[in-house]
Amino acid sequence: MSELWRSMPWSARIGLAGCAFFAFLALFADVVAPFGEREIVGDVWQASLSACEGEAGPGTCLLGTDNLGRDMASRLIYGAQTTIAVALAAGVLSFAIGMILSFTAAVVGGWTDQVLSRVNDMLLAIPTLIFALVVLAALPQTIAILIAVMAVIDQTRVYRLGRAVAVDVVVQDFVEAARLRGEGWGWIVFREILPNVLTPLIAEFGLRFAFAVLFLSTLSFLGLGIQPPEADWGGMVKDNKDGIIFLVPAALYPGAAIALLAVSVNLVVDWLLARTSSLKGGRG
Amino acid sequence: MSADTPNAPVLSVRNLKIGATAYPPGEPPREIEIVHGVSFDLAKGRVLGLIGESGAGKSTIGLSALGYGRGGVKITGGEVLLDGEDILKLPRRGLRRLRGRRVTYVAQSAAAAFNPAHRLGDQVIEGALRHGLMTRRAARERARHLFAILGLPEPDSFGQRFPHQVSGGQLQRAMTAMALCPEPDLIVFDEPTTALDVTTQIDVLAAIKSAIAETGVAALYITHDLAVVAQISDEIMVLRHGNTIEHGETRQIVEAPREAYTRDLLSVRSTIKPAAAEQPGDLLRLDGIDAAYGQGLQVLHGVDMFLSRGQTLAVVGESGSGKSTTARVVTGLLPPMRGQVLFEGEALPPALKARSKEQLRRVQMIYQMADTAMNPRQTVAEIIGRPLGFYFGMRGQARRKRVAELLDQIEMGDGFAERYPAELSGGQKQRVCIARALAAEPSLILCDEPTSALDPLVAEGVLKLLGDLQQETGVGYLFITHDIATVRAIADSIAVMYQGRVVRFGPKDKVLSPPFDDYTDLLLRSVPEMEIGWLEQALGTRKMTSAGN
Repeated sequence: MSELWRSMPWSARIGLAGCAFFAFLALFADVVAPFGEREIVGDVWQASLSACEGEAGPGTCLLGTDNLGRDMASRLIYGAQTTIAVALAAGVLSFAIGMILSFTAAVVGGWTDQVLSRVNDMLLAIPTLIFALVVLAALPQTIAILIAVMAVIDQTRVYRLGRAVAVDVVVQDFVEAARLRGEGWGWIVFREILPNVLTPLIAEFGLRFAFAVLFLSTLSFLGLGIQPPEADWGGMVKDNKDGIIFLVPAALYPGAAIALLAVSVNLVVDWLLARTSSLKGGRG
Repeated sequence: MSADTPNAPVLSVRNLKIGATAYPPGEPPREIEIVHGVSFDLAKGRVLGLIGESGAGKSTIGLSALGYGRGGVKITGGEVLLDGEDILKLPRRGLRRLRGRRVTYVAQSAAAAFNPAHRLGDQVIEGALRHGLMTRRAARERARHLFAILGLPEPDSFGQRFPHQVSGGQLQRAMTAMALCPEPDLIVFDEPTTALDVTTQIDVLAAIKSAIAETGVAALYITHDLAVVAQISDEIMVLRHGNTIEHGETRQIVEAPREAYTRDLLSVRSTIKPAAAEQPGDLLRLDGIDAAYGQGLQVLHGVDMFLSRGQTLAVVGESGSGKSTTARVVTGLLPPMRGQVLFEGEALPPALKARSKEQLRRVQMIYQMADTAMNPRQTVAEIIGRPLGFYFGMRGQARRKRVAELLDQIEMGDGFAERYPAELSGGQKQRVCIARALAAEPSLILCDEPTSALDPLVAEGVLKLLGDLQQETGVGYLFITHDIATVRAIADSIAVMYQGRVVRFGPKDKVLSPPFDDYTDLLLRSVPEMEIGWLEQALGTRKMTSAGN
């Protein structure tokens, strides 16, 4: 493990530290957060490091208070929980759907490929935000549905990439050799193709995760994502955006958190990419 | 531009040293020297053949005459004098004036060297125009003249065509015209005929040879085929691992080589398998096979052939003759329209999906490109072990033991088990593919040009291995190739294919002895022989010209 750490470039260490930091905040939000998620502890838009009073007693608001007088730092910490969980779930789900569909299309080919690809093109043709807005407005607003809608929209991109890289691999002689051996669909997909397309897919996952955070924030900003009073970073930007006019920086903190998380994830992914694309089969 | 005295060399290479960065697996990159002090002189109008296996440094030396080092290669020492001027000391602008004007280059793959979006004529004269050597009208006239010398059809309008409208052999000649157009002092030919069929190669060789004679240019001719270089060059330099092994007049190298390595290269094509005595029953029989790709394009027309148990059937023919399609029909990847495939007396189901695991096990395949035939993310042990697990349910220790046995059988040893394909040499990769096929204990192995991407000496080792394995296991080979020398070395019977039909079939001795049909005659006469003057003789006596002309 320590050897791995030493072989990492600085960028990857910073990224990993960033990811670990956010993961820690999300996992131990109840312990770390000085105040409650919905607790009003002071006046509206207090300055950083100002004194405030919660149920548990008096304290300091590290990043001031928000538009309703809730502690900004605590809300950021609780927001990490929801934002990361939802984005991660949507990312993983979209990858599972996109990869299964795209590999099926590439391996089976013919009509299956045509139908899957054209339906995918159709979904791609609809602007994502409008699609999400319509569906989310029509369906009941639960987190599960939110995740499902984000995954269905995102899987179209995964499908595109997955099919493109898998089609390249499927025509290689070693896949033909496996077919001639009589191997089934599962072996061909998971043992012959997947290891050879993992590199671009991992890169894509990093990007997708970052986009999922942004997309969730956008939805929350428009009022269709996470519903108040639950905290999430996009919603917090929305709640506090008016403060910017009065030189209140409250909206910038969740914005910075989104940016930091996206950059951290991508630094780690860049390093993974360099490792998996090495000649030694990505294991050495 | 040329030197004042007639005998002064055009190109003079003095103690040339070239370095590169190596990336050994599992170790940090390091600097290595790949050419260790090579020297030679080349006079006007002479052709020097550079010959050697891959990695001998022949292309690297050839490119140094343009002052160029390919991807990560650096010229670290010595001098390259062109008309007495050291081009390695030239600044970038000086090099730019030199390249494509005084020294030009003909690449192996003409198809990749031409821009598909422009007409051939414009590309041929581009260099001369760019360097301001002649007016467009004069350049056009010169191109037309060169097309005529090179034997291209309709020289007046040939330049109007796009690259995809001409054949591979014509494209290679067009590239030679491009190199000759600016009236250079020196041309570097980098394996110009290696990618061509033998029947096309002979015409391109003859065209290049007459164009060199006509224009009096000096040339470096790089190839790994000694028989080819013997036809075209005045002197030959044999290279190995970046060292000069032997350098002399062509006649001396071919007829009286001094070094053991040169003798090895010369004897490569001389192994001949003795004819099999008995015909002990059918292993494979193709019965009136018609096959087509997609809806319309019929590739095979009534193909009949058979292979006896434990023997080798060589399928010979040029690109597009239907050799590989025949193999695809046998494997079941391409179900035929008509006809059937009989395997050990029983009809094989036409489609792959309908075949039983046992039927699949008994027919295995070896590919031309061992690189792409192995999953780059699996170790040698996984690659060879999979058929063992899949067909025989072998696990754990038993499987590991069998893999080690197979590695011994292909003369590689257990040390390779945990390596990835990228850590093997070309010959080793092909051996691992053979072991994978062997692991299934098949009675038939389809070999699709398994040695054509390998160096001659390495290829000979692989052929010998295949022969030994046949002795040991009694496996039969359906061996697809376009190389007659390979056929002589391994076949018991031969099927000659031309445009989707079998034009000649029978035991080796019968097929290779006269009277010949026209196509077999052309094919046999097109195979370069290690004999000076063969080219002219072959061109004079053949009955038909190649289709890809």
